[in-house]
Amino acid sequence: MSSHALIELLASFVVLTGLAVPLGEWGARLLADEARPTTPERWLYRLAGVDPASDLTWRAYAAALLVFNLAGTLLVYGLERAQAWLPLNPAHLPGVEPGVALNTAVSFATNTNWQAYAGETTMSLFTQMAALTTQNFVSAATGVGVLLAVIRGLTRVSAKGVGNFWVDLTRSTLLLLPLAALWTVLLVAQGVPQTLAAKVEVAQVANATPQVLAVGPVASQVAIKQLGTNGGGFYNANSAHPLENPTPASNTLEWLAILLLPAALCFTFGRLVQDRRQGWLLYAAMLCILLPLTLLGLWAELRGVPALAALGVDGSLGHLEGKEARFGVVSSVLWSTATTAASNGSVNAMHDSFTPLAGLGPMWLMQLGEVIFGGVGSGLYGLLLHVIVAVFISGLMVGRTPEYLGKKIEAREMKMASLAILLPSAAVLVGTAVSSVVTDGPAALGNPGAHGFSELLYAFSSTANNNGSAFGGLTVNGPFFTLSTAVCMLIGRYWVIIPVLAIAGSLAAKRRIPTSAGTLPTHTPLFLGLLVATMILIGALTFVPALALGPIIEHLQLMGGAS
Amino acid sequence: MTARSLEPAPRPLFERAIVAGAIVEAFKKLDPRRMVKNPVMFVVEVGSFFTTLLWAHAVFTGQGDTSAGFALAVSIWLWFTVVFANLAEAMAEGRGKAQADRLRKARKDIQAKRLAEPRRGAAFELISSAKLLRGDVVLIEAGELIPVDGEVVEGVASVDESAITGESAPVIRESGGDRSAVTGGTRLLSDWLVVRITSEAGQTFLDRMIAMVEGAKRQKTPNEIALDVLLAALTIIFLLATVTLRPFSVFAATQAGQGAPVPLTMLVALLVCLIPTTIGGLLSAIGIAGMDRMVQANVIATSGRAVEAAGDVDVLLLDKTGTITLGNRQATAFLPPKGIDVKELADAAQLASLADETPEGRSIVVLAKEGFGLRGREVKDLGATFVPFTAQTRMSGVDLGARQVRKGAADAISRFVTSQGGTFSAEVTAIVEDVARQGATPLVVADGARVLGVVQLKDIVKGGIKEKFAELRRMGIRTVMITGDNPLTAASIAAEAGVDDFLAEATPEQKLARIREYQAKGHLVAMTGDGTNDAPALAQADVAVAMNTGTQAAKEAGNMVDLDSNPTKLIRIVEIGKQMLMTRGSLTTFSIANDVAKYFAIIPAAFAATYPQLKVLDVMRLHSPASAVMSAVIFNALIIVALIPLALRGIAYRPAPASTVLGRNLLVYGVGGLVLPFPCIKGLDLLLTALGVFPS
Repeated sequence: MSSHALIELLASFVVLTGLAVPLGEWGARLLADEARPTTPERWLYRLAGVDPASDLTWRAYAAALLVFNLAGTLLVYGLERAQAWLPLNPAHLPGVEPGVALNTAVSFATNTNWQAYAGETTMSLFTQMAALTTQNFVSAATGVGVLLAVIRGLTRVSAKGVGNFWVDLTRSTLLLLPLAALWTVLLVAQGVPQTLAAKVEVAQVANATPQVLAVGPVASQVAIKQLGTNGGGFYNANSAHPLENPTPASNTLEWLAILLLPAALCFTFGRLVQDRRQGWLLYAAMLCILLPLTLLGLWAELRGVPALAALGVDGSLGHLEGKEARFGVVSSVLWSTATTAASNGSVNAMHDSFTPLAGLGPMWLMQLGEVIFGGVGSGLYGLLLHVIVAVFISGLMVGRTPEYLGKKIEAREMKMASLAILLPSAAVLVGTAVSSVVTDGPAALGNPGAHGFSELLYAFSSTANNNGSAFGGLTVNGPFFTLSTAVCMLIGRYWVIIPVLAIAGSLAAKRRIPTSAGTLPTHTPLFLGLLVATMILIGALTFVPALALGPIIEHLQLMGGAS
Repeated sequence: MTARSLEPAPRPLFERAIVAGAIVEAFKKLDPRRMVKNPVMFVVEVGSFFTTLLWAHAVFTGQGDTSAGFALAVSIWLWFTVVFANLAEAMAEGRGKAQADRLRKARKDIQAKRLAEPRRGAAFELISSAKLLRGDVVLIEAGELIPVDGEVVEGVASVDESAITGESAPVIRESGGDRSAVTGGTRLLSDWLVVRITSEAGQTFLDRMIAMVEGAKRQKTPNEIALDVLLAALTIIFLLATVTLRPFSVFAATQAGQGAPVPLTMLVALLVCLIPTTIGGLLSAIGIAGMDRMVQANVIATSGRAVEAAGDVDVLLLDKTGTITLGNRQATAFLPPKGIDVKELADAAQLASLADETPEGRSIVVLAKEGFGLRGREVKDLGATFVPFTAQTRMSGVDLGARQVRKGAADAISRFVTSQGGTFSAEVTAIVEDVARQGATPLVVADGARVLGVVQLKDIVKGGIKEKFAELRRMGIRTVMITGDNPLTAASIAAEAGVDDFLAEATPEQKLARIREYQAKGHLVAMTGDGTNDAPALAQADVAVAMNTGTQAAKEAGNMVDLDSNPTKLIRIVEIGKQMLMTRGSLTTFSIANDVAKYFAIIPAAFAATYPQLKVLDVMRLHSPASAVMSAVIFNALIIVALIPLALRGIAYRPAPASTVLGRNLLVYGVGGLVLPFPCIKGLDLLLTALGVFPS
């Protein structure tokens, strides 16, 4: 592997960590229960008629969250359908057809941002701004809210409530806003358009007719799409598009934005549970899985395809098929694992064209349940589910009722954690199984054979885990896929959130057990190893048969020369 | 003496009668109504039934999706898997039953003498013990069995309780105080007792014990329920992973244009290999065996929940006397004032104690003999007269003609020497105070008017107890000493024994308050007790061990009874509780880790026809797809049998901090579980091939 690859990899993660630690500390100060509401916050609460001091039980918290998310979904659906009559539609786009509109409404409410449409030719500027960009903020803020409820569950003693959803939502949005503004300015400086005009005409060298470029408020949407782990692009080509991601500098900025908040929230967590080591452990666990998979991808892509080399293709820069020349192999692979580790889903290269092993990494990162970085908030609470399982098994092994941060892990927590881990996996497997036998499935494939299977598996892995990244190749705007993926997105989001909030409620009600030498420490390398092993075993054991029939067999066929 | 050496030798794991009974029972347990309580093994049973149908289908139609022989072989081994898991449970239950049968012999229906009035001479009628009611008063005389549990209201007698405790030495039972409880089924050896019945037939201690060891009343413990949830979730995940493999393979075969969908027999085999059958099959055996280990340690727990809670305990309240120190004070030093030879003091002290039969007196004789070579002499031979201790003089000694040798408390001796015309020097007073400050008791020795010095009497901390406490501390368990001594004495003994904290001049109220205080901070507290005044504290403690010699009230308040009445047993109880959880956790890890190897065996085999390239995943280079699947299935079944002894005995337990224990168990059962199946499956494959089961 080239030293360039390693240096870029190392430098990227050093910068990420350097930014995430202070941001996490700042976030903790902003989000802590002790933080006093700022003046704009108070205005908002008065306007909404919310009493910021009221404390909700987990059921009430979940109800508030679901109502808010349902309202958001309906609003987005309505705006999409009615966009022809609404302002800011300079390209005079018609209303979005119902299947795609529903799929998109669900997709943006669940922080999935799976796109069964091409942005610049389907959505008006108003829809992009009022519907999609707004959801980019509040879906991420919803995730942070659930995380805060879990943190309260771990820190409160014999308490009934897990916090106030409206306060959490407001504060998390206020955390996102300044960051998004900063990123917007930085992206504009790199040449990303930010305008209310719909198009620009550019004279062409070889052709007399000018080229029409679709433009709009791109920078503001791209900034939050990356920071909020949304990933839904303004353009169909997403961050591979030269106007969404024009330069290597913008690429680096956007890459950082993908991982920044999920990383920072680890440190926010550590600070809020008053044990920074716990935050570092969770961050380390994420890196322990992300870095090897990134290295695997780099190795596979830089090595290229022997069959192509035999045809005389110059492989000195690696496997360049499907990649933007301005980014090259290394930045594309780094992006591919970051965007699937975090539940972002934006792409700067076509994953469909990756070598099988480089495509396996992103797919498996999603199948792990979007817990390696994962979505803003949702990644960390998802990871905590795995911590609960790891703590449970290891707690039994040391001969005590398992406990995490002084809270006993008992049958109810295990039930809810199992449910939240089980259901998204079930949605991936069942969705893929159904789509591989009904006629609508194979008909939508871009490629035959094992690669076609990978396309199906990728689509359901992406939607059921709320990633939204597309492998490409698969045509997904038909009714079968818009409906089935919408169901998967709903399961993957709310059937994790509800059990997680139930855990928060049950933990908050418990006493805290003082630590002693008999307590299993959860900040040690040993526990790190156990946590990583638990995630890998559960993730691998569930999906190995499916992966064997997709990327693994494809890799073997490619290397063996058979088609 | 350590707790361990008190235990009877453990029963051998495989007694012929138990194994034979268990094999029969294992087949009876195949009843689906009983299997459904264990979701993991129920799935295996359904799978076995399904493959059996597939075999029948293959035989009768001649066109199964695998050969009939293969379907039959898989079915047989899947049935074995279920039977082996049942065998583990039946073995554990069988061991309990053997214990229960011994107890049941003691529970006979006998004729009791019901008294009209609660006194010995009252008129009585003969009545069946089964008809006795709570509150009835009965007379029991030498040689008779005690009909049911009760409280002695009159009389003193020796009782043979070996039927329950296994201890052949008789114990004394008397009215009043902490020795008043008698247990039904035990035999009076001497004298007579008038007993008020405290529990009716069917609810006696013996009945509860029988129910407990038989596992009849066994309910799942909280951790067991949580583990069940995890195992059920894993089972569902693997069920989905294998069920969806069928449509996946249909797609693959269609797309590849070769091969066929994975045969159903193979999918069932894969499913059974993947779901956690090892722990699923052994889980209830581990729980029953944990209770059995308690019984073998002569502790009767009222529920499995209590046994499990013992593993979580992090504060132990221990009575000083009998647990931390030997029962009595002993002489440890002779401390003469200046100008008096220590040998003279020792000699006088020994003389004064020769006829003193109290343990303190004897210890002075022994110390003088060992320290100064002064042999014990007979009082008669010396022509001396013994002056016994009285409440008035508060001293004892001997008169040798005109010589008056005395020992006693400082103030008593002071009065004695003053009356003899001597003086009690300031130096002696200083020595006395010094000894008291160290938590010991000073005895002053005088020969007539001369004060010869001070004998230091000390509580002797039991050998090895300090190391035991250090061990507990490493496990994260605090020890708290409870004593009626003054704070000074208590502090000194606490320091010497190495306990973490002590409660001096303890009253029952203080004990209760201290327990609540610890619990409020989130600790789980264990304690032992025997007296009626211990009952509130026992009821409050999370793990409360009542001594069998204790009162009925104490036994009712506790959630365990120690038949040996050995307060040190608490430490052993904690170990058994921890060991039970550790065994569950380790076997769960082992079971999950096993799956990796099984994937490497079965996945290439399942897709051999569709994607022959997957052969590279067959790292074990197994003979053929059929032999690969068979080897994995057979391994999966045999590993349950192989681990039955481990499940019954519990995994090796050594006290250490949690992280050390985790590291060790993770290495043995995690890494071991990952690696072990590879050679085993390969070995089975070679064996099957060598036997010619799979022609090449």
